[in-house]
Amino acid sequence: MRIVFEKRKSRARGVLFAVPALSFMISLLLTGIVLLIAGADPFETFASMAFGAFGSSNGVSETLVKTIPLALTGLAVALAFKLRFWNIGAEGQLVLGGIAASWVALFFGPSLPGPLVLPLCIAAGLAAGALWAGIPGLLKTRLSVDETLVTLMLNYVAILFAEYLYYGPWRDPKGYGFPGSAPFVESAWLPRIFGRAHAGIWFIPVIAILLWILLRRTRWGFELSIIGASPKAARYQGIAVQRNILLAVLLSGAISGLAGACEVTGISHRLQQGLNIGYGFTAIIIAWMSQLNPLAIPFVALLMGGILVGGDQVQMMMGLPSAMGTVMQGLILFPMLAGSLFTEYRIRLLGRRHKRGKEACAEGEA
Amino acid sequence: MDMITSILAITIRAGTSLVFATIGEIFTERAGILNLGIEGIMLMSAVTGFAASFYTQNLFIAILVAVAVGAAMAALHALLTVTMRANQVVSGLSITLFGSGFASFLGQRLGPAANNFRLVGLKGARFTPASFEGLSQVPILSALANQDLLTYIVYLLIPLSWFFLYKTRPGLWLRSIGEDPQTADAMGIDVIKAKYFYTILGGVFIALGGAHLSLSYTPGWAENITGGRGWIVVALVIFSMWNPARSIWGALLFGGINAVQFRLQASGTTIPAAFLNMLPYLGTIAVLVLMTWWEALSKKVGSPAALSQAYMREDK
Repeated sequence: MRIVFEKRKSRARGVLFAVPALSFMISLLLTGIVLLIAGADPFETFASMAFGAFGSSNGVSETLVKTIPLALTGLAVALAFKLRFWNIGAEGQLVLGGIAASWVALFFGPSLPGPLVLPLCIAAGLAAGALWAGIPGLLKTRLSVDETLVTLMLNYVAILFAEYLYYGPWRDPKGYGFPGSAPFVESAWLPRIFGRAHAGIWFIPVIAILLWILLRRTRWGFELSIIGASPKAARYQGIAVQRNILLAVLLSGAISGLAGACEVTGISHRLQQGLNIGYGFTAIIIAWMSQLNPLAIPFVALLMGGILVGGDQVQMMMGLPSAMGTVMQGLILFPMLAGSLFTEYRIRLLGRRHKRGKEACAEGEA
Repeated sequence: MDMITSILAITIRAGTSLVFATIGEIFTERAGILNLGIEGIMLMSAVTGFAASFYTQNLFIAILVAVAVGAAMAALHALLTVTMRANQVVSGLSITLFGSGFASFLGQRLGPAANNFRLVGLKGARFTPASFEGLSQVPILSALANQDLLTYIVYLLIPLSWFFLYKTRPGLWLRSIGEDPQTADAMGIDVIKAKYFYTILGGVFIALGGAHLSLSYTPGWAENITGGRGWIVVALVIFSMWNPARSIWGALLFGGINAVQFRLQASGTTIPAAFLNMLPYLGTIAVLVLMTWWEALSKKVGSPAALSQAYMREDK
């Protein structure tokens, strides 16, 4: 008997949902083992994680605060990954978006008419994110330079640039040595809707639905899906592969930049430390768990936001390391990846009879 | 002369972990497997190696632990990409994500109760430079000879791995797997087994690179001790055109950037520290662009043809 893998022609719907769900279960199990080794009761820990994230209005608001950048960067990453452009620079694009929005708020906010400030901050964030993604995008499409490394290296550059700004020229003179810029004028604040959760949350459904329509219902989306499946086939069909990749990458960067603009205008109201806390990497998990489906991303982002907030909670309540949430996120990906075997392939056990039949066919052809 | 010697000495010290990991990744990629988990593997081996050195005060055990952890993580990557046929980029990223998270978790949990279970700030056994009597006075050579044991191993590893890859039969087999696995299979090579073997071997060398950081270069454990070295290594593999002998140039270049950074910072330059700290990352991008450009001009293809493609016997 032999095991045979057949590539599925289309992905099976049932498997598509079952694999991420099962992966989450397995990751709970694996995290439970880690917790046991670390000397904590897994059930108690999970219960207090869930309670911390969703059990109080404060918890829910903090979970939403984390969900906003995670969902936006998740959508950004999914768009780029659809084209096999491995953008792991969402973090840097987010930071640069935050810097640009801060620039507008700090230097033009006081003199501009009030209603103009916030839209301009958002626009600056979008543009800066697109610009930061455009560098690896151009290098990839013009010179075929590997984008994985360039996007990643630009994360470090953006983070260091932000550090330079809030420790250096933008530092608040009245900040008592606190590393951060001066606070923005109030016209640059995104309104709060629930606790610390701000109006940036409305961007999530808008962008998720627009992206879904774009990818599934428009000609451009159709072209992108062909490029993602096979650039060669796309070229034969007369699709402008390089230009389309660049456009999608710019759009991806813009969405991450928007996330950064929302962070500074919605949460901190200044440029300060803590803009880069691994959202870009968590975004990759979210995009992959959602199987790059824009409509699934907000929900997975909510789950991941909950894990992060719950992780902080158990750190305070049970004295577990704060990295607990990150470990759990990492553990979700492995069963997910192993599961791709089941979404991409049909597994069949071939008995002797079948094999013999195949050989007979081959002989007949000969 | 003294300054050149001392910069060279720092460069070699900084470059040791890079060469280890670069050679490890070259072996892995030659087998057609792209492992982007280097950063995670280095962090995990750095933290476990250091914990072992703290509790046993025995460097041999520390290295053994670090290497075992690195091999296990690389084996996981092989399992996911070779057997389960997962996307190599995403699998590698997961290894890095998990590795960096778990390493910082361990750093907050493996320490003694007296230190609040943290490893930060503790002292373990560490490698110290072993100098040779006659050479310590010779200007340039003393930089080469006043190094720790792991660096001396690197001196041996570079020519040996070059010899293995280009002058031996198993080396030829390895190269053929990365170029054309179907043909290698037809020649009777067990492609699947070889992919596992070289991915795990790569993990061992990558782990040595990580261990060098926490046991010698910056002894002790600190969050994110690698500072992106694992990613720079991915670029160094391209820079060395998948040839172990050339791994030394990239490592010297980046070790050199590190050394210059230190020197400038110590001399009290007016350039803000943040911009100096950008140098290795900007340098990586510059190297990458130049290499890709040069490759296109000279029509030389350095990368193994079947890199990062899943190999399936049934696909014909």
